[in-house]
Amino acid sequence: EFTKVAADPSIVNLGQGLPDISPPSYVKEELAKAAAVDRLNQYTRGFGHPSLVKALSHVYGRVCGRNIDPLTDILVTVGAYGSLFSTIQALIEEGDEVIIIEPFYDCYEPMVKMAGAKPVFIPLRYKNDGNSASSADWVLDPAELANKFNSKTKAIILNTPHNPIGKVFTREELQVIADLCIKHDALCISDEVYEWMVYKGNKHIKIAMLPGMWERTITIGSAGKTYSVTGWKLGWSIGPQNLIKHLQVVHQNTLYTCPTPLQEALAQALWVDYKRMDDRDCYFYSLSRELESKRDRMAQLLQEAGLKPVIPDGGYFIIVDVSALNVDLSDIVEEQPYDYKFVKWMIKSKKLSAIPLSAFCGPETKRQFEKYIRFCFIKKDSTLDAAEVILKNWNKQTA
Amino acid sequence: VEFVTLAATYSKVNLGQGFPDFPPPDFLKEAIVRAVGGQSQALHQYTRAFGHPPLVKVLAQFFGKLLGRDLDPMTNVMVTVGAYQALFCCFQAFVEEGDEVIIIEPFFDCYEPMVRMAGGTPVFVPLRLKAPEAGRLMSSADWGLDPAELASKFSERTKAIVLNSPNNPLGKVFGRRELEAVARLCVEHGALCFSDEVYEWLVYDGRQHLRVASLPGMWERTVTIGSSGKTFSVTGWKVGWAVGPDRLLRHLRTVHQNSVYHCATAAQEAVAQGFQRELELYGKPESYFMQLPRELQQKRDWLVQSLAAVGMKPIVPEGTYFLVADISEFKSDVPEDPSSDEPYDSRFAKWMVKNKGLAAIPLSAFFCDAHKSSYSHFLRFCFAKEEATLKAANDILQAWKREKSSP
Repeated sequence: EFTKVAADPSIVNLGQGLPDISPPSYVKEELAKAAAVDRLNQYTRGFGHPSLVKALSHVYGRVCGRNIDPLTDILVTVGAYGSLFSTIQALIEEGDEVIIIEPFYDCYEPMVKMAGAKPVFIPLRYKNDGNSASSADWVLDPAELANKFNSKTKAIILNTPHNPIGKVFTREELQVIADLCIKHDALCISDEVYEWMVYKGNKHIKIAMLPGMWERTITIGSAGKTYSVTGWKLGWSIGPQNLIKHLQVVHQNTLYTCPTPLQEALAQALWVDYKRMDDRDCYFYSLSRELESKRDRMAQLLQEAGLKPVIPDGGYFIIVDVSALNVDLSDIVEEQPYDYKFVKWMIKSKKLSAIPLSAFCGPETKRQFEKYIRFCFIKKDSTLDAAEVILKNWNKQTA
Repeated sequence: VEFVTLAATYSKVNLGQGFPDFPPPDFLKEAIVRAVGGQSQALHQYTRAFGHPPLVKVLAQFFGKLLGRDLDPMTNVMVTVGAYQALFCCFQAFVEEGDEVIIIEPFFDCYEPMVRMAGGTPVFVPLRLKAPEAGRLMSSADWGLDPAELASKFSERTKAIVLNSPNNPLGKVFGRRELEAVARLCVEHGALCFSDEVYEWLVYDGRQHLRVASLPGMWERTVTIGSSGKTFSVTGWKVGWAVGPDRLLRHLRTVHQNSVYHCATAAQEAVAQGFQRELELYGKPESYFMQLPRELQQKRDWLVQSLAAVGMKPIVPEGTYFLVADISEFKSDVPEDPSSDEPYDSRFAKWMVKNKGLAAIPLSAFFCDAHKSSYSHFLRFCFAKEEATLKAANDILQAWKREKSSP
């Protein structure tokens, strides 16, 4: 519904998670180079182009401090989305329960249902009463979480850094989840697409690295988020052979292989950055620095307009409490959560778009989140400038 | 997967997996370089999930002309990650537990697992070889469906029939009477037709590819599937499409939205430009869709000659870039093994790739388990290869023949 807005050029689109910044030039060049090689325009290895799985095994081998076999421990998919699909189809069965943390990236629920399983929701809740200023203020209640696990629980889906809140789960928080997974012999599907976008004072920790977790975790990553090339639709699943092999079977029977030149180009780009992983200029770190200043700018603009942003520790989204504005939405008649109506009003009257947070919630939790909307800040300066103009004039118009 | 891996390890000449080893056309390579190098960043970001607008627009135009109807790019066309994913969406969207899906043997090997994955039951009906006339090579036209046998496979549980014309692996191009027979049965039983037409441009000897969706009563029940990989010799781009009525496509969209959501943007942009060019040159000699089949027909004839010369008996295909050959004359190299469960042709193909460095696919791979032994002495060869490759294959075959004849 909200992606249609993207087509309207008069609207400043901070809704869909789509970078309008440029990918690094070497990434684009590698694709042009790859497309010029004849054999790279034909089928490659189904489970992942050899040079790509090799590069991934090196990058993640280093991050994880373990040997990752490129042929058995990795599957390349059509975006992280494709990895989520393959993982859920491969490992989740009818009658299983899968724990989903709310708010959640909206595909988790339908994918779990498509596999015939039951989604069991648990919301992130404020730690402090009332005002939440940081994504770290949103936490899982350990007792509540423990209650959600039972003998039918096949898996929990973790998303860190988290979309939409931007929370970066701490080691202690991950340990609580890990303990429950081990106790109930459950799997962990860890969506870590924003892994490189972590801001000062925070560290991205891979749950698969905690004791007892490698053998039960599928870790999912994304080229689109790593290199600002969402249109390449390449992602990957990394995990132990005995789990990955099932994902490979699903993949073999759904689309068989991913595009070759894109995989080759991604491999070459990863080698460039692998070689400088000790260097602050490595794109994995420099992107994060670039985004942090955009985050700070967005936060400031929002605060000046009387909105209450929740400063994210990671990711490229920022959620904002809009209730204090007390905007009169009574002329929008439809039965819809407050945030949906607010976004519609904001698009129409302010020419600024965002995504309502209740879009990321299960039915019971929509009320809890309906005063929040989500902005995306991986945008070039001119886009943020345009947003600034709107936000600065906001109060003038409503006064 | 197994045969692809063996070929990668052992083959000197790979006529196994179906992909060209000649370059894609220049105009397409230029299109992708333009798409990725251009100033616009938009081509590196998500596009419309159901298909990049320039691509769906030109596909609607192009196939609208071919099908003789007005197609809406937004509702009658969906872009997928290769034709493979379009097939997946069809089975997932329409086949439910208890449904039957008719599959014509020999079949592209993914149809059966995809039907089962959707909870359906595959019902097989074979193409049968009519007795070949003496003194000439067999043709894929010698294989046909028995109309009574086909009719007997339809029941009230039949959800769909999968049609593949031109047919992989035989190369058969279904004729009008055959398609009409299929159409009549679909209409009579209220069944759908999933029409895999990825080799639609690769038809030889003046044969015509007929689109089943254009037959009376068929548009509303047919999903027609195509592939840029086969159309433009870029199998590695994985851009395919499904064309059909909105009432069917909307269900494909639901499956797509919940499995991959978007396809890669830059490749779609380049394919759109390729089609734009072909739209303008349609029917003209410079059209790639005219040139490619001409070139491939020559290669077909070359390989047919090569195989016939050494005593393998090729079935001359009317279409696709595959041909199937009877290797009975070479049986002495690989003795029968009654203790083995593995079909003879599979053991033969493995022996051949390891010992002769020539890769091909056993025909049994294209039959269901119960029928794998029906045609146990055939291999499928792909001839979408450079002259040098086909010459090298010929050298291997000649050397092999000499070995057999020498005392």
